[in-house]
Amino acid sequence: MTESEAKIIVVTSGKGGVGKTTSAAAFGAELAQHGKTVVVDFDIGLRNLDLIMGCERRVIFDFVNVIQGDANLSQALIKDKRNENLYVLPASQTRDKDALTKEGVENVLNELRKSFSYIVCDSPAGIERGALMALYFADEAIIVTNPEVSSVRDSDRIIGVLNSRSRRSELGLELKKHLLITRYSKIRAERGEMLSIGDVQEILAIPLLGVIPESPAVLNASNRGVPVTLDNPSDAKVAYQRAVASFLGIPETDSGEKGWKTRLLDGLRIFNRSTA
Amino acid sequence: MSLLKFLRSGNRQKSANIARERLQIVLSHQRMDDKTSDFLPKLRNELLTVISKYVNIDKDQINVQLQRTGDCSILELNITLPTTEEIF
Repeated sequence: MTESEAKIIVVTSGKGGVGKTTSAAAFGAELAQHGKTVVVDFDIGLRNLDLIMGCERRVIFDFVNVIQGDANLSQALIKDKRNENLYVLPASQTRDKDALTKEGVENVLNELRKSFSYIVCDSPAGIERGALMALYFADEAIIVTNPEVSSVRDSDRIIGVLNSRSRRSELGLELKKHLLITRYSKIRAERGEMLSIGDVQEILAIPLLGVIPESPAVLNASNRGVPVTLDNPSDAKVAYQRAVASFLGIPETDSGEKGWKTRLLDGLRIFNRSTA
Repeated sequence: MSLLKFLRSGNRQKSANIARERLQIVLSHQRMDDKTSDFLPKLRNELLTVISKYVNIDKDQINVQLQRTGDCSILELNITLPTTEEIF
């Protein structure tokens, strides 16, 4: 893999708790079906990606150890047990976010570029150092937004930061931004109780990548440390898979067949739940 | 009673519409602030360069602020000049 082919993708939102880590894990696991992928946790001091990916007991060295030269990248990278193309670079739990220097982060990302096709940066909430470092080197950004006022406002703020404080913006280059709406409830939006997809898209004015429905499958997956896209069939899994396909520019083929398969699986799931 | 309730609910605005309107207002301000915060430091530095051509002033003696009230914006410049003997 040559450096130019590697793509750095930041998953960001401004607001906390909207599904950044869930989305980074789901995206990473699905991208790994298409090329070697690493998901990097930038939330220094509050690491959680390891837990969502189910590798929390295998963390020995972390991102900060690599930056400070206490460990090699190969020692810190954790290979996923379900997919050999998927890796995790965990955040440090004990250090603070000042450990992320621009040079340090750049060196690690350049090293990762040599062997990975997709580098997914899981940003912490807020617009402080960790979040700024996660987005600075990005080629593309996924903005995770809940259809709710505070999340939309913070997403707008982070879009402003991407436009003014990323490396690509400093170089006068375009940074591709994608809107990922999570925890969406079609029924509530139709009742006028929740911002609709169109509302959020119109307000934020960036292209829509996907819509993840509010789904019990997400908590179920995180409980067990399985990325949604590697877990049992669910509405959220299908939605994430579609979002990744759209990200990769893969046209939606035989959507009709997919439709009835999904419906059948959904039906079976409901049946399962009612009998359990 | 139920008829009254029905008529009332017709009148009441959907909460999603209220959310959209509130967001549009708050974001128009936020976006303006973002743009302003982009140019203010630059403006401050350029003012400093120009003024130091004529008067000997320090970086912290110049204060630039933008205040917005309703549809009117006030750009406030505060430049503290040194005492006369310090001016070259």
